[in-house]
Amino acid sequence: MAETESYPPIDPTNFDLIVVGTGLPESIIAAAASAAGKTVLHLDHNPFYGSHYSSLTLQDLTSFLRSHSEIPKTNPPQSDDTETLDVNPRPLYSDVEISSYDDSLEEHSRKFNLDLAGPRVLFCADSAVNLLLKSSANQYVEFKNIDANYIGDGNGNLMNVPDSKSAVFKDKTMKYSEKNQLNSFFKLVQGHLEAVKSVDVAVDDEKIISDEDLESPFVVFMDKMKLPPKIKSIILYAIAMVDYDQDAGESCKDILKTKDGIDRLALYHSSVGRFPNALGALIYPIYGQGELPQAFCRRAAVKGCLYVLRMPVISVLLNKDNGNYKGVKLVSGQELTSDKLVMDPSFTITSSNSPSNVSKLARGICITNSALKPDISSCLVIYPPRSLYPDQATSIRVLQLGSSLAVSPSGKFVFYISVVCDNAIEGKKSLQAAIDDLFSLHSDETESKELKPTLLWSALYIQDLIEGSVGPVVMTPTPDGNLNYNDLLDATSKLFKKLYPDDEFFPETSNTDSSDKIEDDSEVVLDS
Amino acid sequence: MHGRPRKSATPVDENASALKAAKIRSLQTQFLQNHHNNIYTKEALELNAKLLEINPEFMTAWNYRKLAFEHNISSQSEVEKADSDHIKSIIDEELRVVENALRKNFKSYGAWDHRKWVVSKGNSSTERELKLLNLFQKQDTRNFHAWNYRRFIAGLKNISDEKELQFTTDMINDNFSNYSAWHNRSVLLTHLLEKKVEGYSPKEIFLTEEYEFVRNAVFTDPDDQSGWFYHLWLLDQTVKVDMPIMISSWPPCGSDINLPIANKVTFPVVLYFNETVKGLNSHTVSVETESDVSKDITWSPLSTNKFGCGQAWVTHLSIPHQELNSSKTYEVKIRSEDSQGITSLSGVPCSQPWSFSFRVSVCLDEKQSFGKITFTDESFCTIDTSLKSIQLLKSYFEVTKSDDEHPTSSKWKLEMIASEIAQYRELLTWAECKIGKLTLARLLMAHDAMMSTGTSITHVEEVLELYSELMKLDPPHYQYYKNEHSLVLLKQMTSCMESLLKYCWQYKESSSLNITGSICLRLNSLSLSRIGSFERLLWVQSLDLSHNQLHSIEGLEALQLLSCLNLSHNKLTSFTALEPLRFLKSLKVLNVSHNEIGAHTVDTRRYLCSSPMSHTLSYDPSFEEFANGDDAKLVNFWEAYSIFGGLNLMQLDVVGNVIVDDERFVLFLVKLLPQLKWLDGEELH
Repeated sequence: MAETESYPPIDPTNFDLIVVGTGLPESIIAAAASAAGKTVLHLDHNPFYGSHYSSLTLQDLTSFLRSHSEIPKTNPPQSDDTETLDVNPRPLYSDVEISSYDDSLEEHSRKFNLDLAGPRVLFCADSAVNLLLKSSANQYVEFKNIDANYIGDGNGNLMNVPDSKSAVFKDKTMKYSEKNQLNSFFKLVQGHLEAVKSVDVAVDDEKIISDEDLESPFVVFMDKMKLPPKIKSIILYAIAMVDYDQDAGESCKDILKTKDGIDRLALYHSSVGRFPNALGALIYPIYGQGELPQAFCRRAAVKGCLYVLRMPVISVLLNKDNGNYKGVKLVSGQELTSDKLVMDPSFTITSSNSPSNVSKLARGICITNSALKPDISSCLVIYPPRSLYPDQATSIRVLQLGSSLAVSPSGKFVFYISVVCDNAIEGKKSLQAAIDDLFSLHSDETESKELKPTLLWSALYIQDLIEGSVGPVVMTPTPDGNLNYNDLLDATSKLFKKLYPDDEFFPETSNTDSSDKIEDDSEVVLDS
Repeated sequence: MHGRPRKSATPVDENASALKAAKIRSLQTQFLQNHHNNIYTKEALELNAKLLEINPEFMTAWNYRKLAFEHNISSQSEVEKADSDHIKSIIDEELRVVENALRKNFKSYGAWDHRKWVVSKGNSSTERELKLLNLFQKQDTRNFHAWNYRRFIAGLKNISDEKELQFTTDMINDNFSNYSAWHNRSVLLTHLLEKKVEGYSPKEIFLTEEYEFVRNAVFTDPDDQSGWFYHLWLLDQTVKVDMPIMISSWPPCGSDINLPIANKVTFPVVLYFNETVKGLNSHTVSVETESDVSKDITWSPLSTNKFGCGQAWVTHLSIPHQELNSSKTYEVKIRSEDSQGITSLSGVPCSQPWSFSFRVSVCLDEKQSFGKITFTDESFCTIDTSLKSIQLLKSYFEVTKSDDEHPTSSKWKLEMIASEIAQYRELLTWAECKIGKLTLARLLMAHDAMMSTGTSITHVEEVLELYSELMKLDPPHYQYYKNEHSLVLLKQMTSCMESLLKYCWQYKESSSLNITGSICLRLNSLSLSRIGSFERLLWVQSLDLSHNQLHSIEGLEALQLLSCLNLSHNKLTSFTALEPLRFLKSLKVLNVSHNEIGAHTVDTRRYLCSSPMSHTLSYDPSFEEFANGDDAKLVNFWEAYSIFGGLNLMQLDVVGNVIVDDERFVLFLVKLLPQLKWLDGEELH
């Protein structure tokens, strides 16, 4: 039995919590549980950290996507007794299409750190940054700001997103009237937020937006404020980062309410200037998003969590008497017990019904030999609904990253594209439309006028969207289609509350008083 | 720093501050002892540094450091002198102390000043100063101390204006709500303009860019006034005529004037400029009568608040007695001899020579008794346009404006302002913004001023409407808008002959014509709070300003012919408000009844209360003698004395002012004005 010998035995064999998979939600739960004093075992069948949230080399990414898109051979039930449930892999990806136009890239495979769940960034004031600070996981990650935000018009033109008072002032494309309208709206929202916050209610009463307006769709409120379509589109899709076409009326899947729109605007604006050394609202971790789960794993390890990689779990053990969860059986044959089990969504347990109609997300990774704009190493591009083609129902987001973020060899740029979609055909169409607008395919064609980056390599794939669930075991959510981690963190902290209702989700550590905190803040971002 | 709420002190804080006070007191005593005994040892300096770190506002402590510095430099040994590091270490220590003080309070005047003093001694690195500045300007972007120091360093180290201009651009791009940055920009551009640096001359090029730049700011946030202030500066740069120009005179160019013969024939010659000027004298302006150049001409400025300069200047010419001949006309020529000698207050010379001439004839004075002069409607009839004096008046409306400017430049200016007007009209359709309205009003007036060569003023109605709105919109600045409104209204009334004639009336009775002249300009009941447009009114002999809201009659001193003046029913609060009258030597009839003179014991509009002891008026020692026995009301009486003392009033109305409740004052007036025949409508003696 040479195989079993390569799996070391784990000791001890009983834990408060076993976590399977090292994606971000699992890592956060492991770190939070460890911080709360639980004994935790953290397993991953992969040889690397991060699961679906990891950043991989070109080769690893390719093989990961391929292996997680194949319909697994359904193993014959190993035992038909009621005391074990088989753990089977669940393919999260489908329609994987990988094209390479430049063979030399393979040589530099290891110089790439490609995110599986891109595009994704952090807003300087968002809950992910707050959690990093609160949990002290920030000491393991360094960030850089995203240099620019653009909105694409679908004709190859990228316009700066006038996202703050000074950006509105500097903008060269807007009409003076538009500048006035946009900044007036910013001021309206800011006035509202300040008035709501202020203790002295009587002072700014007229500045408060009425409850009726707050409950109405944001787009209706903007119409009421007489904002022209261009300004509405900037606010909705490039600042509030809304997915679905808000002007589609009844057929829109997700209408943003005014109060939520205001919160998103507030998040964006409080992000600008939160850290003196970060210029815009958005930051990105150096070496890729995969650094984040690792940071939490390190945090967990400091608090005593035990880590074992390359260790698949083959089945879940149930209690004979009541059918409740009891433990897991490893590929090594070892059986471990724990009170609770958390698993990442790469697996299904035979007993649990997999949801039949899951939402989809189209993702694309592209590699080029140049940036969209010469001096801009990293940037975000938003294509609002209907900007690329008439029936484009959702907004498409593109993130360009350069070698300064250590995700690519110098001179190469990585682009992440994502769009929520109903099906693979629609999703691929959107991805392709964005790619066509941004890149040219072959460098030898002398289209001298078009200085678009030449596409060297691309991977397009469809990812299933699965939410977290609490059954006999806790299942964590897949990466979602948002640009930031806010919804994922919400879901994760809820799962933690379900697991440990009496424990605080990362308690405030006593030795950091508030004055230290401010200094900590500035350490989140390290510009070089 | 801005927008930080103030916290009230807790008992803990108060305790701490008491401790701190005790510590400061002890340090202070020791320090003053050192200072007194000229002790400049290392220990003494350290003690001083400690004190300054706690209290950077202590000027004496900074001055002590300067003395110590000088002392230690001059008393160093030969070895130390050869060692440049020694001096450097002394300087570094000073800079370190300042830096610590600034950390405590970076708005400390003393600390910044000391740093300037030390740095100007040389031997310090510009890099370090700029680094320090960047730190402070990042923390508080509008800190004017830092900006001020930046200008100092830039000047000391010859940092180019272009480079500094780029710095202001960067700062404004970060956050345009920065008065200091906009201000520095205007300072730098002024330098670049003066030096005619390439790219900044002609000024149209950069002005166009600057208008565009600031437009972004005011459109993005019209409520942010920082950009608007810069816009006002730009507008000023656009419309400003770069040099002083003589714009009007009495007698007007080419006119014939007829003077009655009294004992002798003297008459005033008034020159009126577009701005306050200095340097008029017999060398710079010559007067030639019948090809005889007068040598002993004295030009005096007509100004109540500035010495040696004024917008209007006067001299009195006389025709030699023996030559008095009613059939003869005398040609008088006034010419600028050395126009470079006449300069604006900022020193720009009036580089365009000018000259004008007029003719004087004399007529026999039919001696008439002086009857009481009234300003009631019944005294007047509509004007006879064939009157000879109308001809005189007409000359004020003939095209006199010289085409001093390059036509393309003035065309550009007109277009620039027209386009700004269009932009801000649009802005005001969405944003109710007071400073936007004010700017629009100013733009419209500037536009009209450029257009006008005697043509009608096109935008006045709109401007008047804007000021009326502003009065309602912004009550705290009501008086300012009211004043501007009045000035625009006067500009409109004096814009052309036809409109001015509507306010001109003719006396029915001819008995007192030698005093009143034949025409009375009646600007009564117009709700004016200020008066202006004097350049068109230099001919006025009789003026009715009653039933307005005048607080001041500033500028009226230019009307040297004025002999009858009605100021009744206004808001004049003191005799000092009547100061321009001191210059009106022809004034015979004055009505200041029903004002508020004496109602306010302290005139809050002035820094100093007027009194024999204050320096605003030259003190006449004979006053004490004169007012003997009336010292109880010395202050008010002094004011009346200083205004009326030099006048030969024949008729005065003061009834309806608080001050005349004091009977002694009336007696005082009678004594002061021996020529007075009518007081408050009653004939004396």
